[in-house]
Amino acid sequence: MTANVAASRLQDSGAYALELDSVARHFGALVALTGINMRIAAGERRAVLGSNGAGKTTLFNAITGDFLPTEGRIKFFGEDITDLPPHERIRRGLRRTYQISQLFGGLSVLDNIYLACRGVSRKRYSLIRPKPSDANRMQAESILHAVHLESVRDTPVSNLSHGQQRQLEIAMALGGAPRFILFDEPAAGLSPTERRDLIEILNALPAHIGYIIIEHDLDVALRVSEYVSMMHNGKLFKEGTPEEIENDPQVQEIYLGGGHG
Amino acid sequence: MNADVTQNPATPARNLLARIGTGHLVLAALLLAYPLVSSDFFLTQIGGYSLIFGMLALSLSLLAGYGGMVSLAQISFAGVAGYTVAIFGENNSNILGFGWPWWLVMPLALFFAATSSALIGWVSVRTEGIYTIMITLAVATAAFYFVRQNYTLFNGFPGYTGLRAPIVFGVNFRDPVPFYYMCLVAATLSYAAVLYAARSTFGLTLQAIRDNPRRMRAIGFDVTAHKVVAWFYAGLIAGLAGVLLVWFNGRISPGTINVAAAINVLIIAVIGGLKHPIGPFVGAVMVVLMQTFAIDIVGAERFNTLIGVFFLAIVFFSPDGILGLWGQLRQRLAQEDLRSRQ
Ligand SMILES: Nc1ncnc2c1ncn2[C@@H]1O[C@H](COP(=O)(O)OP(=O)(O)OP(=O)(O)O)[C@@H](O)[C@H]1O
Ligand SMILES: [Mg+2]
Repeated sequence: MTANVAASRLQDSGAYALELDSVARHFGALVALTGINMRIAAGERRAVLGSNGAGKTTLFNAITGDFLPTEGRIKFFGEDITDLPPHERIRRGLRRTYQISQLFGGLSVLDNIYLACRGVSRKRYSLIRPKPSDANRMQAESILHAVHLESVRDTPVSNLSHGQQRQLEIAMALGGAPRFILFDEPAAGLSPTERRDLIEILNALPAHIGYIIIEHDLDVALRVSEYVSMMHNGKLFKEGTPEEIENDPQVQEIYLGGGHG
Repeated sequence: MNADVTQNPATPARNLLARIGTGHLVLAALLLAYPLVSSDFFLTQIGGYSLIFGMLALSLSLLAGYGGMVSLAQISFAGVAGYTVAIFGENNSNILGFGWPWWLVMPLALFFAATSSALIGWVSVRTEGIYTIMITLAVATAAFYFVRQNYTLFNGFPGYTGLRAPIVFGVNFRDPVPFYYMCLVAATLSYAAVLYAARSTFGLTLQAIRDNPRRMRAIGFDVTAHKVVAWFYAGLIAGLAGVLLVWFNGRISPGTINVAAAINVLIIAVIGGLKHPIGPFVGAVMVVLMQTFAIDIVGAERFNTLIGVFFLAIVFFSPDGILGLWGQLRQRLAQEDLRSRQ
């Protein structure tokens, strides 16, 4: 049902970036995901909302291949990637960020982004220092700009504030040629100013890059996405435009009344 | 870009000097001038020996400081190189000793050391932290007992004697001054290579793997392969040190690569500090000076206690070794400076 709603809305947009067919993931007896059907068009920006433990991160892990799904198929731009290892999915333009920042604390901000750009290129064993004119280096500089981190370009990452680390976490997903990005709670722990900055960064991403953003804060989700999927107990239970979701009584009861932080 | 074309030819040389830095230039001048003021004993037993053990500790520091992998087997890879020199070159032990020239034996020794290091690396990269230490300690111990019991290849307990540094273009590298300079060149090359490569693409990947292997995998790097390559390079440096060590001693025996020697390398690296490739050399000078002079003062029995206490004191006051103390001192001076200006 919900999948059909999404499909009809996106009929004219052609190729899907992501298609999930009855994806499930069990951890022993625990059913973390079940019966997930999702169609996301290329360039679409989708928010996934749901209370703690709803299975949002598990959904991301299934898509990136960090944990393979127990059941179901996943297609990325029409290609079945269900059985591909994570790095093969990265080569195809899939990127993700983490709920808890996964950065290289001992390296500078620029070097972190440089490596993220380098990950899918050749000559990764080079013993030569990258020149400023190096293509990956130049991409890193422009990403640095895109995530508003120029002022801390050469600062070791362990010295950054939490907000800056979250911004860098986004930058790490922009290296290479991303086509679709999974953002896992990028706004968690950010101040109101930092949130505004984040919204600006996301809205300024090139139009061809689609994403799914997991977000607890409905206000943020509404301003960075065109369409919202609600998750609860490992299931998708509602999809709609931000306005529909905001005014849905069931959503208000389960999610907003669910006592989340 | 355009500026490069119009630059006059003198600038690149000046640029190079600027990039090397004043500290390095002063240090280089001191080390080059050292033979002018030092006795033969100080030249080889302190100078040469410190440079050799500094290289061994540098090989460990490359793995531990940049890659987060603590290895106790670096002395064993030096031993691989040393025994290669004994077996393929000339020795006095009437066993093997193919008599190959030094310019063939040396690259072969480095190659064997580096590949054996890569092999052990490949086995141990599946582990982390304390388990890497345990595996490499097991390797070092096994290597020691193996060469002690094997007489056909390693001549067992006595090992090989009569291993002499070559005479090249009339320069006898057995003599103290040429030997010192040979060690200085090898150590400088190793040091400069590590310092330069730390900021290379490979150097950055290694440090990133140390900080967060999960993210490295997630952005498309083959973490295991990068670690194994790091072990290969560490083995090259250990091998170079191993060749110099057998030329220094004139012999190699199981005692050269026993567990005490393995731990010695670790102590030097930790005392000096793992954060910068100069650390291992600072540590080596400290430990070699203590070994040479403290033994006379406190006696051989208490000597290990002394090193142990010194080690504990350093680790306690500065986890980053003497380099860390130096950093703390500089910071404090900078603060004093700020305060006095206010
Ligand atoms: N590796 C794992 N092993 C066992 N159980 C897991 C694992 N990962 C997740 N789970 C369980 O799966 C369920 C869904 O977890 P998930 O992390 O996907 O939730 P989430 O929606 O991201 O929640 P949060 O908002 O707290 O991040 C939880 O009950 C969690 O305990
Ligand atoms: Mg989560």
